[in-house]
Amino acid sequence: MTDIRYLAPPTLDEAVRAFAAAQGAARILAGGTDLLVQMRNGMAKPGTIIDIKKIPELSSVTEAADGSFWVGAAVSGAVLAEHPRFGTVWPGVLEAINLIGSTQVQGRASPGGNLCHGSPAADSVPAMVAAGAVLTIAGPNGRRTLPVEAFPAGPGRTNLAAGEILVGFTLPPRPAGSGDAYLRMIPRTEMDIAVVGVGVSLTMAGGVVTAARVGLGAAAPTVLLVADAARALVGSRLDDAALDAAAAACSAACKPIDDKRGTIVYRTKVAAVLLKRAANIAADRAQGKA
Amino acid sequence: MNAIDNKWIGKRTIRPDGADKVTGRAGYSADHTMPGMIWGKVLRSPHPHAVIRGIDTAKAEALPGVKAVVTAKDIVDFPLDKSVMLGIQDMRWMCRNVMAREKALFHGHPVAAVAAISEEVAEAACKLIEVDYEVLPHVIEIEDAIKPDAPILHDFVRHEGKPSNIATTMVNKLGDVEAGFAQADLIVERSFTTRPVHQGYIEPHACTVSHAPDGRVTIWSSSQGQFMVRAMTSLLTGIPQSNIRAIPAEIGGGFGAKTIIYLEPVAVLLAKKSGRPVKMVMSRDEVFRATGPTSGSMSTVKIGVKNDGTIVAAQGTFYLQAGGLPGSPLRGPVGCSFSPYHIENVLSVGYDVVSNRSKVAAYRAPGAPLGAYATECVIDEIAEKLGMDKLELRLKNTARPGGKTVYGATFGAITFRETVEAIKHHPHYTAPLDKNPRKGVVRGRGVASGFWFNAGGESSAQLNITEDGNVNVTTGHPDVGGSRASIANVTAELLGIDHSRISVLIGDTSSIGFSNLTGGSRVTFASAMVVTQSAEKVIGQLKERAAKIWKIDPEAVIWDNGEARPAGPNAGQFPPLTLKELAAKANEMGGPIGAGVQLNTTGADPGFATHCVDVEVDVDLGIVRVLRYTAAQDVGRALHPDYVEGQIQGGVVQGIGWALSEEYLYNAKGQLDNASFLDYRMPVCSDVPFIEPIMLEIPNPKHPQGVRGVGEAPIVPPLAAIANAIHDALGKRFFSLPMSPPKVLAVIDAG
Ligand SMILES: Cc1cc2nc3c(=O)[nH]c(=O)nc-3n(C[C@H](O)[C@H](O)[C@H](O)COP(=O)(O)OP(=O)(O)OC[C@H]3O[C@@H](n4cnc5c(N)ncnc54)[C@H](O)[C@@H]3O)c2cc1C
Repeated sequence: MTDIRYLAPPTLDEAVRAFAAAQGAARILAGGTDLLVQMRNGMAKPGTIIDIKKIPELSSVTEAADGSFWVGAAVSGAVLAEHPRFGTVWPGVLEAINLIGSTQVQGRASPGGNLCHGSPAADSVPAMVAAGAVLTIAGPNGRRTLPVEAFPAGPGRTNLAAGEILVGFTLPPRPAGSGDAYLRMIPRTEMDIAVVGVGVSLTMAGGVVTAARVGLGAAAPTVLLVADAARALVGSRLDDAALDAAAAACSAACKPIDDKRGTIVYRTKVAAVLLKRAANIAADRAQGKA
Repeated sequence: MNAIDNKWIGKRTIRPDGADKVTGRAGYSADHTMPGMIWGKVLRSPHPHAVIRGIDTAKAEALPGVKAVVTAKDIVDFPLDKSVMLGIQDMRWMCRNVMAREKALFHGHPVAAVAAISEEVAEAACKLIEVDYEVLPHVIEIEDAIKPDAPILHDFVRHEGKPSNIATTMVNKLGDVEAGFAQADLIVERSFTTRPVHQGYIEPHACTVSHAPDGRVTIWSSSQGQFMVRAMTSLLTGIPQSNIRAIPAEIGGGFGAKTIIYLEPVAVLLAKKSGRPVKMVMSRDEVFRATGPTSGSMSTVKIGVKNDGTIVAAQGTFYLQAGGLPGSPLRGPVGCSFSPYHIENVLSVGYDVVSNRSKVAAYRAPGAPLGAYATECVIDEIAEKLGMDKLELRLKNTARPGGKTVYGATFGAITFRETVEAIKHHPHYTAPLDKNPRKGVVRGRGVASGFWFNAGGESSAQLNITEDGNVNVTTGHPDVGGSRASIANVTAELLGIDHSRISVLIGDTSSIGFSNLTGGSRVTFASAMVVTQSAEKVIGQLKERAAKIWKIDPEAVIWDNGEARPAGPNAGQFPPLTLKELAAKANEMGGPIGAGVQLNTTGADPGFATHCVDVEVDVDLGIVRVLRYTAAQDVGRALHPDYVEGQIQGGVVQGIGWALSEEYLYNAKGQLDNASFLDYRMPVCSDVPFIEPIMLEIPNPKHPQGVRGVGEAPIVPPLAAIANAIHDALGKRFFSLPMSPPKVLAVIDAG
């Protein structure tokens, strides 16, 4: 009964203008693996759909001379996996994005869509938080940047202002001796939603952690940066005491709910377990052991 | 016939419906369309329990594009005081399940339906229907439903003289359990719970229906029985069966749940009112909310043994969730739980408990898995306490030929022992298991057995020789698991012709004789029987034709390798006549060649299975993964091994889901909270290992090819086998399903 207008502007400016002009009646379409599901079950009824995949900046992956990476918001997990360098520099971010759905879903699903959908259980977000990704956002008032952890505002909500579009992610240059990892707990082996997800990024020198960041998903209304856990790891050799302290910090950061996907007790415990496992994998990668 | 040098029987031929299915050409329920067709949608109750005081459809009917509205008053009423049965279904409950009558009994219960020019208009019209509900307190779980102060769903239901939610009680008895337990050296008694689980077929319910001006109705839908569709639709609409033609579409899974209908009578009434063909397709959400899962259960099993392992008495009490209307599969746990064993004293009691959930439907070996779960876990514990090998304990107590079962039958030949022996000597069971392969992980091995009745029943077939000497075989059974492939093999074998010359079809209700449901593990058994008899008749005709041509006695003709040959004194006197040659002369020699047989088949002896499984438990996360699974089963004769293996593997996979991850979750408001495949966790491919089937081909002497039903027995043992394996890994017993990670971790953490 309702007609939907479909736009696929070739430039960001046009997309921003069309989005503003629609005054809230439009939705941005990246891979559509969340949006189309919402439209099918009646949760979203957009008057206009603005497909951003035709905009080069949003669909590109580039490595800058300083070693930083640009990942356009609409790049699919499958395309990112084909990049010759991204997966070697950021294996944890890549594995997080490519835990999303199945092979078919990965051909479409983007990290931008994953973040903008606003799910506290979004898989790529804790890994992006651990990576220290910085977002570029464009809107009617121009461009701004924001650390990824400041983006989610609650389940299904983000800090995008009206008319704003996420342009992409900048991942910082990677010092030598760095590695990252993402692990999630799901009852099945795939096609499931994270009960808890933990991303860890480490830089190590001589077996000692010199820098760390920890992202925690599905354990609170938004994905969290767990600074206390990172602090517990820095300066350590990832001995049991340090891992226990970081795990405890992860559990302490949890503000989960009891729901059909997991209980408070279970999620709190699992956050600690995954922190330890992810830290060990990140450390192996940082030290070239994996 | 059971000779191993069969040319076609037992061969992995390409299934007749295979190419259509892999190329997307096969027509499933939702694929049929008709000119002028409109769309039907169902309005469903938002309340789990409410009196329907009135329904005002005026606004919906006034919406442009709306062509018809139907409510319970359009459906034939079956008054509560008189049971009318169709097979095992009571039409009093079917009519109330298809459309809520006095009360809405679960969230999702249909209360009205609309047909309109598009799905959107039909949906919008549903929202305009005003239902005056008097919301009542609801009850979801068995333990709450049987409390004295529970909200009562049906005034007419009484238990022990009082209003109750226990709709029926089934008691099966053998000997004297009290006396039996008095002889026991060891008694183990345990209580268990299982959750309702959905059959999880990929294809949602759908149909297209036409009601012509002359009153003739055509139904295109997939089901586990087009004759059931016709009969139920007839009963619920009042249209005589002779005016209804039900055409079976290809079916995307049923597992028992498509032995009843939801949409067809509603669509017929919408089509009748509107004069337009009507199509209805359920969403996955509707499938979960409003079509039958199998019962959840609460059971207690008590088994007494002598020190040498002889079982002297067994008692089972099984409470099953029926959903909003009576009809749990009590016969499953009551009749099957103890039947693999020879036990002199048995008392098995089942209670059918109604509560505000969707009405249950059949699911593979209905009710048997939840009974076997309880029994086989108790047997495992007894073996542990006696220090006996688990399989030895079973071998010591296997049911015997001539033994009486608790459900009344007397066993003929029994093949349970063979399944236990097959596991006992299999390299899986004899291989050592490293129980602590690495930090944070433990492994365990479990075994369990299972029993299913199997069934015969009505079947029809027609076998026609085409004018060019090829073959069409028609049966009346929707092909859910490869039955056409088996029938093609049998026909090729009997006629001695190449498999590719046979086409196997499924007739509609007007083109083939009555054939009962594709269910109860009966179709290959029953249809191979009627096809065999049809083929024998056709061979008789072919021999007669040859005899006529040769002017010899028909008795002196043999049919061999696809041709008629003179035999006895005439041997070698005439060149053989092939099927093609005889077909070419059919008309001059007496007319078309073909024969049909309709039978109420008997002789479907029960099926037994024994399974062995290795699991790995992540002790920090509570995740259980199945590493290795071996399933031994007496399959009689595997007419087409692929589809026998498929039945065994599929049953096991569904059992794994039931044991580890599947469950219906209701919120405090009595609404189903996980009505999607995302949160209703059926196993995905990567969750299960290769399931190794051991097909024990011990021919059933009562069947021409030796067939025994295979579809249901394989889902009976997995629940207990996995529970027993987890116990072996962790040293802890679990008494409720699913053994999901939070539950497993809580038990580990409790120390
Ligand atoms: C079968 C299946 C399995 C799944 N499994 C997982 C899983 O394992 N883990 C997981 O985390 N998720 C999973 N998802 C959810 C989904 O695939 C992911 O969230 C995915 O990353 C979304 O990306 P997309 O490009 O498809 O987003 P879209 O659907 O295109 O967009 C998602 C939302 O973000 C908005 N949006 C998109 N891009 C922008 C932008 N640049 N600026 C502003 N707003 C924007 C859209 O309007 C929409 O609201 C699954 C989904 C399906 C269907």
